[in-house]
Parts: sequence; C-alpha cells; structure tokens
Amino acid sequence: MTPVVSATATKEPDVRSGPVAMRLENVAVSFNGRTAIRGATFEVPKNKVTALIGPSGSGKTTLLRAINRLHDLTKGAVVSGSLLLGDTDVYSGGIPPTLLRTRVGMVFQRPNPFPTMSIYDNVVSGLRFNGIRKKSVLDEAAESSLIAAALWDSVVDRQKAHASTLSGGEQQRLCIARALAVEPEVLLMDEPTSSLDPISTRLIEELLDELKSRVTIIIVTHNMQQAARVSDLCAFFLMGEDRAGEQIEVAPTQKLFSEPDDQRTLDYIQGRFG
Amino acid sequence: MTTTMIEGVPPDPMLERRELIQQVAHRTLKRRMFVSKAVVASLGAALVAALIPLFAILFSLVQKGIHWWSIDFFTKTPQFPSLIDPNAVGGIENALVGSLVIDGIAALFAVPIGVITGLFLAESDSRLANALRSTAEIMTGLPSILLGIFAYQMIVIGFHEWGIALPGIGFSGIAGSFAIGILMIPVIIKASETALRSVPFTIREAGLALGARKGVVARKVIIPTAMPGLITAVLLALSRAVGETAPILWVIGASTVTTWDPTHEMASMPLQIFQSATSPYTSLREETWGIALTLVVVVLFINLGSRLLAGWLQRERR
Repeated sequence: MTPVVSATATKEPDVRSGPVAMRLENVAVSFNGRTAIRGATFEVPKNKVTALIGPSGSGKTTLLRAINRLHDLTKGAVVSGSLLLGDTDVYSGGIPPTLLRTRVGMVFQRPNPFPTMSIYDNVVSGLRFNGIRKKSVLDEAAESSLIAAALWDSVVDRQKAHASTLSGGEQQRLCIARALAVEPEVLLMDEPTSSLDPISTRLIEELLDELKSRVTIIIVTHNMQQAARVSDLCAFFLMGEDRAGEQIEVAPTQKLFSEPDDQRTLDYIQGRFG
Repeated sequence: MTTTMIEGVPPDPMLERRELIQQVAHRTLKRRMFVSKAVVASLGAALVAALIPLFAILFSLVQKGIHWWSIDFFTKTPQFPSLIDPNAVGGIENALVGSLVIDGIAALFAVPIGVITGLFLAESDSRLANALRSTAEIMTGLPSILLGIFAYQMIVIGFHEWGIALPGIGFSGIAGSFAIGILMIPVIIKASETALRSVPFTIREAGLALGARKGVVARKVIIPTAMPGLITAVLLALSRAVGETAPILWVIGASTVTTWDPTHEMASMPLQIFQSATSPYTSLREETWGIALTLVVVVLFINLGSRLLAGWLQRERR
C-alpha cells in the first residue's frame, strides 16, 4: 500500500503557530487502575480541525471523552494531567461539568437524536436544558445551526416532524446542529461518519471545513484518508506494551502523512499494521 | 457424491470430510425432520392445554354472567331477597364506584412513588439502590392478605388507639386505598425500572453532552422516551390492583350504599363477589357471575387500553 498523502493543497507553515483553544499536558485516563491512555500532550489550535488517529485500543475515544468530562459518569474512571480550555482548568474544579459541556459540545459515533422530540425540539434542546425559553432566541439558534449543519434546506418545511423521519446521514447532521446550537467553543466528534454511507460521509467531511470558522474541532477517526482530508493537525496514538494507549506523535497533518518523525507513525500510515 | 481419486495422489482430507458431512446429513435428515415436527406438535399441545382452562373460564363467565347485565345492574345498589321478592338482587353501582375511588386514590400515591423510585433504581448503582431493589422484590412476593392486616392495624384501629382523629380513620375507602397502593408500589417500581433502563445509554449521553444536569436529562429525555413502557407498567399494576380482594377484605367496611367519599365505608367489586358468592341466597350467588364478568371486562379493558396507548405513543414517534 502506498503512503496516504494528504490531497489538500498547501496549508500555512505550521498550524501550531496560531491561537490555541485547548492545552493538554500529560493527560492520562484509567479505569479501575488500568490505564487506557497516557501521555497526551499537545495544543489544540483554535478554529482548526485536530484529528486523533490510531488503531483500535489506542485510547483515542477515551481521550476525547475526557475533554468534556463524560468519564465522570463511569465509576472507577480517573483522569490525571492537566487539561485547559482557554485559561480554565477543566478538571480542578475551575468549572462545573455541566457548564463545561455547554462550551465543549460532542457528536457521537452513531446519530443519537432524542427520539421523542421533533427536529426543531432536538436542535434547541441544549438551549432549553440550560434554561433558555425565549422563542426568538430558540428560533434563531435553530435556523443558524441547521444552516451550519447543511440541513436547513431539507427540513425547513418539516421542523415539527419527528427526528426519526430523517435518514441516518441527516440524523447525524441534526446531531451536529444540536451540538452547534449551544454555540460551543470546541466540538468533539467521535468517529462521526463511521455508521454512515459514503455520500453522507462526504457531506459531513465538507461540512467540517465550513464549521472551522465557528468552532474548534477535535475529531476521532479510524479512517486515515479522512484524517488526511479534513484535519489540520494530527495526533497519532498507539497501544503500548501494557495495552495502554500512548501518544506517539503530533504534527501538522501534511507533515505527519508525508514525513513523520517516528518510524511507528510511518508504519501505521503505510498500512503495515492497524 | 464421490471424490475423484487420482492414482498416486493422497486423498485430500478436506474433501473426505466434506463427503462424510454430506453422507451423514443425508442419512439423518428424515430423523431430524421427524424430531423437529414432534417438538413443534408437543409445543402446540402444551399451548392448547394452557388455553383450555382460560377459555373455559371466560366462556362460563359470559354464559352465566352476561344476562345479569342491565341498566339497573350498573345503576342500583344491592338489595336483599325477601319473601315478597325472592329474586331481588339490585345492582352493583356501589361496588363500581367504590373500586374506582379506592383504586384511583391508590394509584394517585402509588404511581409517583413507584415511578420515582424506579427512576432512582435505573439511574443509580449505589448500595441504597440495591437495597431498595431487593426490598421491592420481596414486597412483590408478599402475600396480599398481610397488607390487609397492615392496613387494618394502621388505619382502621391504629389511629384510634393512638388517640388521633382524622377523616378516614376506621373502616373506609382510604384504608383500602392504602392497602392497594402499597401492593401496587413494588410492581410499578420493578416495571418502570425496566422501562427506564431500556432507554439507550447513547441518548442519556447526548443530553449530558449538551450540558444538561442529570435531573434535566431524566425529566426531558429519559422519562418521555420510556413513556410507553411506563404507561404499561402503571396500567398493569392497576389491573392487578382492581382484582385484589385480600387487602381490602376487612378494611373498607363493605357498604351497601353508593358513596364517592373515601372517608366513609365503601364497597368494591372483588369484595362484592366474595360477599355474593358466600351469601345464603341463591339469586345473590347466581348474581356473582355478573359481577365477576364485569370485573374481568374491566381488567381486560385496562390491559387492552395500556397496549393501545403504548402502541399509539410508539407510532407517534415515527
């Protein structure tokens, strides 16, 4: 297999020179004493797409879910290291988890719209959960985020219809719209296209490029071509000797896919394993 | 099926195995089909055996009970046969109203307690939750007559002994509601926990990831999603409660007049069946069939209603 080289044209010299949205310093997550990921240390560039890549078991999703504190729900989960959102320490009591999650949104592997709610109610649910009742605010948020998620045209006339009437790809874009409606600073995406067909996948990939101006994106993907296509910065993880994921290399996407510093990265992107 | 053998080439073990599998499969095919048919036939026989008593009951109920149904039967109170009119039995209005009021009040306090506890059990894996779950399980197995004794001790005579005077103390509809409600609570807890747990975890996560607190996710997402299951849980508990006799046997006072006031003595359908069936008058004993049929039809409607309602809610979402 030939190396997967980014098809995207020249990007700015180094995405890491711009403003920073999040800082991770030696972040590790363990479950009941067993480490799932360790040593995650990198800066997430603002209004860029950062991809977390690596084979199964390398801890990408675990790391992603540490960023919006979803591990808080799991008994025995411990997150260590330092995770900064702007100047706010995500873990040391600097911000309640619920407020953090309004600033760091998430899109999951499978579309998970609320089954009892209409399309409109789904989009504005995050606002309503957080106490916003004013109709005009809700309407504006719904329209703006449905447009941003490239769903407005197809649902404008049936916003009262149930979310389950949409196709899988539309449901995932609805979930993107729902996450965007809260106007988060960072959007986490956990393999958002893994359950979608190629056309829906392409639509969402194209969407990411437009969403960048609005939100900083961190995306987990199994698909290296996808990482190469959509991301500006790439973090590569591998499962270590003790079956714990470790960070191997973080580099601008074009560099990581053409001339990585680490031999293991090269092996992975050339398809020698994983 | 034969393998072509070429001189000098050792037989391929894979081909030999394939041939053996085919041979055995063909040889045993008839036997296996016979066994399969025999099993299906015995399952059918068991099904019929289970249904015969059920239909026999329904058939005799309708046969002996339907002719009692009349406007008077549902709108009059019981009469006792006398020398002048040895066939006078009156109606069961008092029992219908009594059942409605007693079970309605029981549901009024059992449903919120049961559903909220069910929600707690579905959302928490604490020790308290485990203890509550075990308690609910034990309570479902509790002989219902014990609840009758409990209600009698507490409401009928307890408050009198403690010198507390409250409306509804003594033989009353409230005492019956108390017993029936306690009977319903564990049933609702268990069924609603199951319904709430069946809401996919990804849906909860979606709510939490939008910054909602756990309580908000429960109220706005989990409960609405589980609503068809919750309705079924409540109505099944209710249909069980409607037919319960033991808990109310000696606490509601068996009034023969119609009253909507639960602080008074009341009647109820199962109790009316018990009284008519054990009465010395033939006409009253015969009337039991009419009351029994009424009770079964009510239970049937609650069950059917819960299914229709749950199915309708489910369809609404598509």
